[in-house]
Amino acid sequence: MSCSKNIAYIGKDCVACGVCTKHCPRAALTIRKGMYATVDYDTCVGCGKCSTVCPAGVIEMVAKEVKVV
Amino acid sequence: MKKHWYDYLWIFSSIYLILGLFNILFAWLGLICFLVPLMISVVKGSKAYCNRFCGRGQLFELLGGKLGLSRKKTPPKFLRSKWFRYGFLTFFMTMFLLMLYNTYLVFAGASLREAVTLLWMFKLPWQWTNTAFVSPWVAQFAFGFYSVMLTSTVLGLVTMIAFKPRSWCVYCPMGTMTQGICTLKNREEAKTWKKGHKKSPSC
Ligand code: SF4
Ligand code: SF4
Ligand code: SF4
Repeated sequence: MSCSKNIAYIGKDCVACGVCTKHCPRAALTIRKGMYATVDYDTCVGCGKCSTVCPAGVIEMVAKEVKVV
Repeated sequence: MKKHWYDYLWIFSSIYLILGLFNILFAWLGLICFLVPLMISVVKGSKAYCNRFCGRGQLFELLGGKLGLSRKKTPPKFLRSKWFRYGFLTFFMTMFLLMLYNTYLVFAGASLREAVTLLWMFKLPWQWTNTAFVSPWVAQFAFGFYSVMLTSTVLGLVTMIAFKPRSWCVYCPMGTMTQGICTLKNREEAKTWKKGHKKSPSC
């Protein structure tokens, strides 16, 4: 069985400033080799905090199908 | 979240700006903010400076976030576009080279101009500093460098108020440059990431 959950999705214009990583309550975000932010989809709870603080406005909250057996 | 020693580097950024008001020669210390991020990105291939150590970023976060001096609106899209960010970096570096050239002219015998230039246009007379005990070119560089630091702080504050606290980080030349270096260092991975990038993720 599956259901959908909200997760953060990083847009391609991410400037790798790291602001989102400081605000994520689950530490689900990391900056990949100084290039862009990445989200650990298993840890992200979809709270949307990162999307609110991202100064570039590149984080979208999207629905993701997850398996719940 | 646990605080680290580097979370207080905003204090140094503030002191730096204030010290420059008393004696322009302190401006030389600002070279740290230029050289350290570049070194980290070249050697380590990371933006650890922006992500952890930049006092200026922390200062904007503090003023705009904690003290509420920001409208917290998303900046217009063009600000994060490649052409604007790299265009601004090019402009910024051109003005920086021009400043170095002016320093060279003074080194070669031209007279010292005791002024700080704000936003590359407005000359603020700055005659209260005693620079007699150093070579004129050392003082000229300090005037030029402080102009760069003050200008970027003013731009940062304006965008902090108008948009989100750290909107300056979206087009900050150091941020653009270090991200560019990291991307060059990890070209293949950057390409793969871009290629796999869709409008929204496959769910
Ligand atoms: S949506 Fe919340 S949990 Fe997920 S990455 Fe953003 S801040 Fe972290
Ligand atoms: S805050 Fe936004 S621009 Fe900065 S690293 Fe996170 S996603 Fe990228
Ligand atoms: S982008 Fe510029 S101001 Fe922002 S953290 Fe990096 S160096 Fe500091």
